[in-house]
Amino acid sequence: MSTSVAVDNLVKHFGTTKALDGVSFEVERGELFGLIGPDGAGKTTLLRILVTLLLPQSGHATVLGNDVVTDMWALRQRVGYMAGRFSLYPDLSVEENLQFFASVFGTTIEHEHDRIAPIYSQLEPFKGRRAAALSGGMKQKLALCCALVHRPEILFLDEPTTGVDAVSRREFWDLLDGLTREGLTTIVSTPYMDEATRCHRVALIQRGRLLAVDTPASIVAAFDRPLFGIKTPNRYDALRALREYERVHSIYPFGEQLHYTDKDLDREPRAIQREVAEFLRSRGIEQVSVDTIEPSIEDSFIARMGTPETMRGDAA
Amino acid sequence: MTPEPVSAAASAKTDAIEAKDLTRTFGGFTAVDHITFSVRVGEVFGFLGANGAGKTTAIRMLTGLLTPSGGSARVAGHDVYTESEAIKRNIGYMSQQFSLYEDLTARENIRLYGGIYDLSRAQIRERGDRMLEQLGLSAVGNRPVRDLPLGWRQKLAFSVALLHRPRVVFLDEPTSGVDPITRRQFWESIYETASSGTTVLVTTHYMDEAEYCDRISIMVAGKIAAMGTPADLKHDRGVASIDDLFVQLARPA
Amino acid sequence: MSALRGLLRKEIVHIRRDPRTLTVLIALPVVQVVLFGYAIRTDVTNVRLAIVDPMPDHATLDLRNRFAAAGVFRIVAVVPRTENLEPLFQTGAAQQAVVFEPDFGDHLENTPSARLQIITDATDPNTGALLDAYASSVIDVWQRELASRDVVSALRRTPRTRVVIVPQTRMRFNPTRESSNLFVPGLMAFVLTIISSLMTAISLTREKETGTMESLLVSPLKPWQIIVGKVAPYLVIGFISVVTILLEALLLFRVPLRGNVLLLLAEGGLFILTSLSLGILVSARTSSQRVAMIGALVGTLLPNVLLSGFIFPVESMPAVLQAFAFVIPGRWFVEIARGIMLKGVGLDYLWQATLILGVTTLLLLAASTRSFKTRLE
Repeated sequence: MSTSVAVDNLVKHFGTTKALDGVSFEVERGELFGLIGPDGAGKTTLLRILVTLLLPQSGHATVLGNDVVTDMWALRQRVGYMAGRFSLYPDLSVEENLQFFASVFGTTIEHEHDRIAPIYSQLEPFKGRRAAALSGGMKQKLALCCALVHRPEILFLDEPTTGVDAVSRREFWDLLDGLTREGLTTIVSTPYMDEATRCHRVALIQRGRLLAVDTPASIVAAFDRPLFGIKTPNRYDALRALREYERVHSIYPFGEQLHYTDKDLDREPRAIQREVAEFLRSRGIEQVSVDTIEPSIEDSFIARMGTPETMRGDAA
Repeated sequence: MTPEPVSAAASAKTDAIEAKDLTRTFGGFTAVDHITFSVRVGEVFGFLGANGAGKTTAIRMLTGLLTPSGGSARVAGHDVYTESEAIKRNIGYMSQQFSLYEDLTARENIRLYGGIYDLSRAQIRERGDRMLEQLGLSAVGNRPVRDLPLGWRQKLAFSVALLHRPRVVFLDEPTSGVDPITRRQFWESIYETASSGTTVLVTTHYMDEAEYCDRISIMVAGKIAAMGTPADLKHDRGVASIDDLFVQLARPA
Repeated sequence: MSALRGLLRKEIVHIRRDPRTLTVLIALPVVQVVLFGYAIRTDVTNVRLAIVDPMPDHATLDLRNRFAAAGVFRIVAVVPRTENLEPLFQTGAAQQAVVFEPDFGDHLENTPSARLQIITDATDPNTGALLDAYASSVIDVWQRELASRDVVSALRRTPRTRVVIVPQTRMRFNPTRESSNLFVPGLMAFVLTIISSLMTAISLTREKETGTMESLLVSPLKPWQIIVGKVAPYLVIGFISVVTILLEALLLFRVPLRGNVLLLLAEGGLFILTSLSLGILVSARTSSQRVAMIGALVGTLLPNVLLSGFIFPVESMPAVLQAFAFVIPGRWFVEIARGIMLKGVGLDYLWQATLILGVTTLLLLAASTRSFKTRLE
């Protein structure tokens, strides 16, 4: 069977809070699948249900053909899981942590050496060091090792790169690429939108609902109108001015630029560029350049999240 | 927050924050190694660096929480060695771990902080009401803060940090984990605050947030490895993003 | 100044809104007053008195009535021979005995002295001394009344010798009245509770706090494996502690060990299991080490110290607390340990206490196993 994970209408409450509000999607075998969303979106809850740590109120999910509710013990042999935020023993050394997790699954480091070698080679120089004394990036690599040591058929990683420096983040994703190349299905959750592009397919999640499930390229391609980047030294004034522009559909800061979309879907981009620049000049804002740009995953996320015009607080 | 001109005892010539060869050691370990930089009044300055690079220690020295081992620094016109209490009165602070008491309501938090900064009851009431109205939180002002969604909590915390109209406000990782829209709303508030003359120093490990700042500095191993406007830095180093720049700095060659 | 006021107000709000802090603040003084007021009584009532009266006559009957009427004593048995006393003391049915010599009345009238003996169970040296004093005073009063009656007969011109009664007290079980003898069993219970309940609770919740419990749960480890794996070391440490305390007691403090060592160790093992189960139960309800520690302290350590008879005798507590002590494992273990060490008795006398302890253990083990969840909720 080529579907590794099948999720059908999962619902999960915690008291009055709805963590998951009818989530459905599938993951194919060998995919590197990303769950992209901010804190509180439901990523951790979803992952915990899939690794049999929580029960949904309604809906079904199967992982590798096993139902997550009824086939709990069969699944626990087959999945690898890396919980969010440092699930290692701080007072044990690198090697001791790994040995422990290997023994829990009835194996040893030596036995699985070839599986974890590419990652372990980076850790081996520190194998006697206590886990608490490792840097953030090293801790995550160790946690990944521990999750892999029993040769799982599928890997679930909950925010493995949160709080980790940019270099270690990239290295971590390189490791994931390596694992995927060997055929391991991996589901990763992350709040970093830019990491979406490193996945085969992604699900954008916010407030317990999926905003989109597709390849990153397709999501971006589905951006429904031209996107413009406005550069000006008076960013803030330009922002306030454009809010009052009659043709504005959405305007928000994005790095050093402002991203702008127009109400009119059919208008020529160059005309829009001209008009916006003129409008700004009429408000006393000079040194403006308006260019068409490619939307990113983050732009798509924002567009699908809600009405970008009302970006002032109230409509939460 | 409606911009209100900050009573500037500091003239435009005096920087809001000045640090020269600022150093801090802990035993044999040098956490902050002779850093020199300055932040102009009304600037939005991004203080970047990986965890453990010395950012937090540097901030603690600037906010009067830690005495430097060497070098000099002035914040809001006061010396960090001799006038740390004056500094604390003139700055605002919002940290990622903590800013508001979760089991108190929004109004109670405002009253508490207003009291701590010696605002009169009238001032507290007036500014508090206005703040809640602008944030759209008037209706939920009497609910415990923990009942509010994360994004609103961050905005409230920011506003409370500004309640006493400080000259400089320090924000420590203010937008971790929030959704993209809330983050942008937050940055708009930062812009608004800066445009009224308050200086903002933001620390973050989101390199793409660096681009929202007027100028940034990147700390590596206790030293400032790069400083300037995001555009200049990218141009000079030939990289497409600050993230790429950071990678370059952290792993030379 | 308003800053200070604001801070004070904030703290009060925090306290008001935190149910746990409130409970501790309100309940603790109440509990303390009740416990210290009622449980901790060093005076004694309801002393179980046995009488050995080989030849009852008007004198012995008279004195026996005095004891019965004194209010402090409760006559639990009247037996003809001293030999009958042994089982009464061993089971604890009698705390004290008054032994009349044969022909007591006759000797009282016609000889310079009539003898009786007071035998007191001094397992608890404090109580023993008191019991002694009570009994002596009853006899004293009776003697003086006798003497005054003699005056009357003296006025009647009937010559009579004044009687001197010589009570011979014997402190049974603890002839030297060492308090260490008394404390050692209680001390064992105390140390075992710390190791088995407190440490277990902390260990399990630490796993939850660091987040590693999640990783353990997702693995194929069964709950019993996780529990046994985490708890077994404390079982071993507990046993080592018991042995260490025993050795110290025997060698350093010369506490007697009159009964069967193996039985003591076995009962110790039973008590350790009970304490372990309690520790698991406490940890099942919380993920915070701090809460687990307080829960273990209040739920296991305090009762075992205050209500087990470790320091304050159970018999002196009001009926309500005695009933409550019934379900406290430490109370039974202390009784068992004292019985084995000081009285030298075996299962034949301790089978009830052992049974109660055993049943409690089984129930708690079942409850704690059930409480351990294989999921996060």
